[in-house]
Amino acid sequence: MAMEMRLPVARKRLSESLGRESKKHLVVPGDTITTDTGFMRGHGTYMGEEKLIASVAGSVERVNKLICVKALKTRYNGEVGDIVVGRITEVQQKRWKVETNSRLDSVLLLSSMNLPGGELRRRSAEDELAMRGFLQEGDLISAEVQAVFSDGAVSLHTRSLKYGKLGQGVLVQVSPSLVKRQKTHFHDLPCGASVILGNNGFIWIYPTPEHKEEDAGGFIANLEPVSLADREVISRLRNCIISLVTQRMMLYDTSILYCYEASLPHQIKDILKPEIMEEIVMETRQRLLEQEG
Amino acid sequence: SHSIPVRSSETEDLRVDGRGCEDYRCVEVETDVVSNTSGSARVKLGHTDILVGVKAEMGTPKLEKPNEGYLEFFVDCSANATPEFEGRGGDDLGTEIANTLYRIFNNKSSIDLKSLCISPREHCWVLYVDVLLLECGGNLFDAISIAVKAALFNTRIPRVRVLEDEEGSKDIELSDDPYDCIRLSVENVPCIVTLCKIGYRHVVDATLQEEACSLASLLVSVTSKGVVTCMRKVGKGSLDPESIFEMMETGKRVGKVLHTSLQSVLHKEESLGPKRQKVGFLG
Repeated sequence: MAMEMRLPVARKRLSESLGRESKKHLVVPGDTITTDTGFMRGHGTYMGEEKLIASVAGSVERVNKLICVKALKTRYNGEVGDIVVGRITEVQQKRWKVETNSRLDSVLLLSSMNLPGGELRRRSAEDELAMRGFLQEGDLISAEVQAVFSDGAVSLHTRSLKYGKLGQGVLVQVSPSLVKRQKTHFHDLPCGASVILGNNGFIWIYPTPEHKEEDAGGFIANLEPVSLADREVISRLRNCIISLVTQRMMLYDTSILYCYEASLPHQIKDILKPEIMEEIVMETRQRLLEQEG
Repeated sequence: SHSIPVRSSETEDLRVDGRGCEDYRCVEVETDVVSNTSGSARVKLGHTDILVGVKAEMGTPKLEKPNEGYLEFFVDCSANATPEFEGRGGDDLGTEIANTLYRIFNNKSSIDLKSLCISPREHCWVLYVDVLLLECGGNLFDAISIAVKAALFNTRIPRVRVLEDEEGSKDIELSDDPYDCIRLSVENVPCIVTLCKIGYRHVVDATLQEEACSLASLLVSVTSKGVVTCMRKVGKGSLDPESIFEMMETGKRVGKVLHTSLQSVLHKEESLGPKRQKVGFLG
């Protein structure tokens, strides 16, 4: 058994350790961004007393004449085409309510759901009664955003065989602003596990399935016990993702993989210690810079 | 559906974050963080953050124990910890924790209460122990008991003398030197070890997710010598008598290591002297 007690150590400021030359323009709600009225207002800003004022805490981004403030920690704002991982909270008449870390519960309509066997037909009253057989409260699903309602609520669909109910795995909840937008969010990492980087900040790590089950259509969740080796890989990935998030690094397949490789000399449970976390993320940052430059 | 991988991992001593079933998360302890108390401590166990302040005030001894002082516990679940504690939401949990603290200290040897007596039947020291929950990250009872022990270790009670007049009226004189204090011996102060039953095994130091998967837990209060002062079962599930015995043995074993680590950290902090760098809340 391991027990480590220590005295707290003051954390170093990140910018000093990085030696960053270009400082980001950080604002808090109420800060004036600019008094120049020639700019267009984007998200996170409002006009007050002839000045442009920030309404969220984050960094200012400027694209030509558009100024917006990108918040560091927000709820998920849905965009059409995003991949999300969500948890079913309610089963209603013709739809499920899904929790996706946004301001309103997302909606998964029965008509947007794949039926077993991949058949295409109108949903009948029997399908409605059998809804709970497909997805129950507490189930995790991966889905894509089909539409965004006027109040900001998101409508999901699972009309592809790669979406559907998720089986064995580990869920990590991070801030949506840390998930990088990429072409694909389903990654099979070479270390032996697969990961789904939901745009809403829910990250699902699961063991890579040996063969793709095409006919099930994402309904039958695989509930066989996971082997110890796979579980170690998944735990290590989970701890790496948490250390990247603590150091505010963007999450995408390359950064997660580099972090995993940097963490291999350490024991899985040691990764979450503050000094080892800093060391691993520093190494990841350097490798990413080398790869870019 | 994340409960399934948690349950099957326990059978092979590997939890979701890579720890074994008897491993604690990294603990940070700092004492003397609040300046206007007689003693204080802050403990961070993963995402659980606890602040304890001890204030020593003069009062009258209880009628049935005229030669002893006593301790009063009060637990405040701050709304900062989780949104469920908003308004009066945290009161139930606070009373439960306070009652548990009263129970674990309810024996002759945990704290030398006779040293808190100033003059029998008339004056004694009352130690008001206030616990503030800053953040909830699972395993509250363990973190609170560690913080209470650290705060009691840090407590400095001013030395007083009772002077008697010719007429017989007593006067209490405070020593002129502000550093002339008495300190409490915390050798026998117990710490709580919470063992949560998940699947077929039990784990120590459960995170919020693991607590959600566990139906029954056992709170064991252990002293540094491995003596159990009290035991309590929480949760709506049931426990087998054999499981209870195993969990108690694990609690005793883990408790002894917990006390040794805590003692070494507290002595190390004290050896740094009064000029040490305090990290505090903005560190």
